[in-house]
Amino acid sequence: MLRSLNINPDKCTGCLQCEMACSFENEGVFNPAKSRIKIFTFHDEGRFVPYTCTQCDEAWCLHACPVEAIKMNKETGAMEVLDAVCVGCKVCTIACPFGTVNYNQTTGKVIKCDLCGGDPQCAAACPTEAITYVDADATGLEKMRAWASKTDNQAHAN
Amino acid sequence: MSWTRKLLRVNLTDGVIREEPLNMEWADQYIGQRGLATRYFVEETDPTCDPLGPDNKLIFATGPLTGTMASTGGRYSVITKGPLTGAIACSNSGGFIGAELKSAGWDMVICEGRSPNPVMLHIVDDKAELLPADDLWGKSVWDTDKLIHQKLNDPQIRIAAVGRSAEAGCLYAAVINDLHRAAGRSGVGTVMASKNLKAMAVRGTQGVSNIRDPKQFMHVTAEQKKVLADNAVTGQGLPAMGTQVLMNVINEIGALPTNNMREVQFKDANKISAEAMAEPRESDGKPNLTTNAACFGCTIACGRISTIDQGHFTVENKPEYWGNSGGLEYEAAWALGADTGVGDLDALTYANFVCNEDGFDPISFGATVAAAMELFEEGAISTEQTDGMELRFGSAEALAWCAEKVATGEGFGADLGLGSKRLCEKYGRPELSMTVKGQEFPAYDPRGVQGMGLTYATSNRGACHLRSYTVASEVLGIPEKTDPLSVDGKAGLVKAFQDATAAVDSTGLCVFTTFAWTLDNIAPQVDAACEGGWTAEKLLEAGERIWNLERDYNMRAGLTGADDNLPKRLLNDVAKTGPAEGKVAGLDEMLPEYYQLRGWTTDGQLTEETRSKFGLPA
Repeated sequence: MLRSLNINPDKCTGCLQCEMACSFENEGVFNPAKSRIKIFTFHDEGRFVPYTCTQCDEAWCLHACPVEAIKMNKETGAMEVLDAVCVGCKVCTIACPFGTVNYNQTTGKVIKCDLCGGDPQCAAACPTEAITYVDADATGLEKMRAWASKTDNQAHAN
Repeated sequence: MSWTRKLLRVNLTDGVIREEPLNMEWADQYIGQRGLATRYFVEETDPTCDPLGPDNKLIFATGPLTGTMASTGGRYSVITKGPLTGAIACSNSGGFIGAELKSAGWDMVICEGRSPNPVMLHIVDDKAELLPADDLWGKSVWDTDKLIHQKLNDPQIRIAAVGRSAEAGCLYAAVINDLHRAAGRSGVGTVMASKNLKAMAVRGTQGVSNIRDPKQFMHVTAEQKKVLADNAVTGQGLPAMGTQVLMNVINEIGALPTNNMREVQFKDANKISAEAMAEPRESDGKPNLTTNAACFGCTIACGRISTIDQGHFTVENKPEYWGNSGGLEYEAAWALGADTGVGDLDALTYANFVCNEDGFDPISFGATVAAAMELFEEGAISTEQTDGMELRFGSAEALAWCAEKVATGEGFGADLGLGSKRLCEKYGRPELSMTVKGQEFPAYDPRGVQGMGLTYATSNRGACHLRSYTVASEVLGIPEKTDPLSVDGKAGLVKAFQDATAAVDSTGLCVFTTFAWTLDNIAPQVDAACEGGWTAEKLLEAGERIWNLERDYNMRAGLTGADDNLPKRLLNDVAKTGPAEGKVAGLDEMLPEYYQLRGWTTDGQLTEETRSKFGLPA
């Protein structure tokens, strides 16, 4: 079963545990500056929103890459960057409509979410289940459940 | 080792900045943050120095777990000699700048001297420079934050700054970071402004990587996060209600100081409580509380994000206050509310916003307003001093007016900026000041929670709840329940809390974890990150060493055992209502035993024996 990251901003507290887990898994360092997932704070609105790659099927980054350094992992559905092939041209960072592919100046390659090979550490570290890793065909299940619980025929009678 | 092993020394007088290796021998004895920075401070400054003179120093210090994945590992402290107290001041803050500083590669920043002109310290990883800040002087913290982001063209830079209150000399000005987190108490912001240092802006991209045993660290920190999640206080109470979960609880046990501590219960406590913050407003159907929020790395997330009713008199036609910002914590809600008798949640939230906007401590501010209200009602001050404002208990208008005045230091704001002690002395009624060592009380009346009386009297930074939060035991039963109305065993309880807290404050972790964690939960996390064989015993010993070092500094600064005291009101006037009715604070019954347990003389001085036991500097 293919799974995908499911993000529920309402539950996010902005703690950055996910950013640290991501950078630790991928770079061996607690470093939000090197995280593939980012938390955005909208201060005036009082909102925190986690944002990362959603692994497009027809991925702009994959199609744009001139050296075929981005491949789909068939097991996880993740678009993965092959470091040995990537030349750091950054065309994928321009092609991606969402900004989730970024250049890493330390390595001269691009970095993006690869779902940690099927065990995304951001989801594991999230203390509030704002980030979960769920059935790719049913990412809306929890939202449907929440709305279903509010659906009450009796409401019309009142 | 999870220290970066280097510190930044910034001489503001001549503008020279240099890197130094961290003294690892001291780190082994004093951990980091509060403890280690105090060791540096004691070594380098004359205890008799003028807190607002160039000889005082100002240290920003992280702990070994700051910037790591340990839950709450984002804290930093500001260590200096406090202008409010003349004692050691150490104020702890969360938010994000502490972790950012660590990620830039620094355990500590020591600021010394005084800049001839307003400057800001700009740190990007290994590079640090002083930039002119003439254009920022005279600006609020919020405007300063905005201007620095624009000027440096870096949306991700983290900023700590002082506001106009600090520039005007308010003695309880705070250092505000990330817009609404504060190194709040004892006037550390006043010291920063006295050095002409307006702000520190930090960007760190190196991260924290030097964990001693990364695999063990990930294992043990995950295990301990689960302990926090499973605990009723840290897993449910604090995230849902914040520290405000306490408002109704403390009122019910008769320990909610009201009207400058004349009463111990507030009739409108429910109107300013966590429950009230969650109630939808009539005007727009939204509650005061928008959401909870976390500091860096925190899996508790007790922070409050709030709005003010746009139709409320405090913000009418002032859209700059209509958005969300840091909302009321318990201490602020108490000081701004119960202690002033104001039961208007929107007015309290507004005053809290202004405290953050211009950087001053809401506890000391609220308590000073309360003292001013009593002075006014007693006729010691009149509308002559207050430009016609009637400073009466319960007046939301007076509270909002006072906040605006202290923000700029104009008019009566200069008097209010003196703090309760100097204000009451100035107007001839020193007995009306509810302070210890010149610092205002926080939100627990020692007549109803006896251990807090000893806590306040002996706190090394003046009246403070965070030096030994015996409320945990006396009210909440953590780690075990003791009788809040009894003085029995409280000397030992206070000492145990003081020592353990000094250790926690030195690690980079938040003291709020100790609702669920003891040093037994913390030691394995420190040990997995750091060399040194860190056990709970070693942490506790370091905590006791830190406490004695702070005390030693205070004694050299000219304080004596006579300063371990409480205002007469708490010693002589009985609580009028509630479970503590008829009680006074039984300090006399606890203090001699406390000195004995500490190994100090009967008049509270350190002995040579104690000094050598902990290896304190001669």
